[in-house]
Amino acid sequence: MTSEHDDGRGVSRRKILECMTWAGTGVLWTIAGGMPRSMGIIGEAAAAEAGGLTFLQISDSHVGFDKPANPNALGTLEEAVGKIKALRMKPSFIIHTGDITHLSKPSEFDDADRIISQTQLDVHYVPGEHDVLDEDVKLYRNRYGRGTKGAGWYSFDANGVHFIGFVNVVDLKAGGLGNLGNEQLEWLEDDLKGRRASTPIVVFAHIPLWSVYPAWGWGTEDAARALDYLKRFGSVTVLNGHIHQIMQKVEGNVTFHTAMSTAFPQPAPGAAPSPGPMKVADDKLRSLLGVTDVTFKRGQQRLAIIDQPLQR
Amino acid sequence: MTREICVATVLAVAILATAAAFPAASAQVANTEVKIDEFAFAPQRVTVKAGTTVIWINDDDIPHTVASSSKLFKSKALDTKDKFSFTFTTPGTYEYFCSLHPHMTGTIVVETGSTAAQ
Repeated sequence: MTSEHDDGRGVSRRKILECMTWAGTGVLWTIAGGMPRSMGIIGEAAAAEAGGLTFLQISDSHVGFDKPANPNALGTLEEAVGKIKALRMKPSFIIHTGDITHLSKPSEFDDADRIISQTQLDVHYVPGEHDVLDEDVKLYRNRYGRGTKGAGWYSFDANGVHFIGFVNVVDLKAGGLGNLGNEQLEWLEDDLKGRRASTPIVVFAHIPLWSVYPAWGWGTEDAARALDYLKRFGSVTVLNGHIHQIMQKVEGNVTFHTAMSTAFPQPAPGAAPSPGPMKVADDKLRSLLGVTDVTFKRGQQRLAIIDQPLQR
Repeated sequence: MTREICVATVLAVAILATAAAFPAASAQVANTEVKIDEFAFAPQRVTVKAGTTVIWINDDDIPHTVASSSKLFKSKALDTKDKFSFTFTTPGTYEYFCSLHPHMTGTIVVETGSTAAQ
């Protein structure tokens, strides 16, 4: 409490918290003809009324993390799952945008599966860099890689929406950022061939596909090529994790959105010496953790992204 | 804990200073420490004599790796307080990075043991 007033940083932190709370009450974004409009603040009830496809994004659960920023990351994942189970409108499935575990340990993957499976929903995963700590990415691929290409990329369709899961955390180059690589990009070009430009596209990957803050590695080296293949589509939504905070950007027909973590928050770009885990007051932690709810209204190219913190 | 880190830093600085001031002494086995802190290698550039063992220690709450750009060496993921060491026997310039956070880079310059220092 008092720490919020004791220095200059407290002000910006409070501002951030206010923004998070505001986002948490739900802002409905409408995409029509590529132009986003905020439809104002809505509650869960309005989200439940929306027709079409609803799915959830969870990210950065870091199972196994036990440092001061959150000594019980498994516990907060459990709380997030509790919120998902309590949703009035059951989502069609979940996408997990990586860093399922903190250290790629089999026991951490086991714990994550045990908790997340309680949602009784299908989960589509992509790995974060914390999930591929074993040299050959065996631990991740043995569990989640069935039917995927390369290091684990794939696509699928649901309710007329085309979903693409990217891997941008392997084979990273010195001095560089996240990396898709030539093989994956060629696969993407092929995957999109023959698809109608009116097909809504959702791309999900761990590291942001736009340059959030390259000084901290928050971007993807060769994302421009992927976005070039996607530019003919009227509605493209890019969902990422990695930076443990909500950020959104719109560029033409593309909406970029990053989700909160369920484990620990990270500082705003440049607001700390490094992007390491951010320790906040215990009573504030859950307002900076949460899940994201995404709804498409069929035929209207409508997209609503609602971030739901564990605690308002 | 902080005191230990300080002692280690002082020792590392002392070793570096000794190696620079008395090149003849560097024929003996020497260790140099590189800290991984705040998503950076410190010091980022280190000059050592051939035969020196460089020890990296992770002081962050997030795992990092130490990976040679030429694939000469690569650590496992180092959790908090984990260490990795590599002995440089051949003079040259060795670039390395964290394969998880590749914007983190560092350089080890290895100089010839007894002859190079005049």
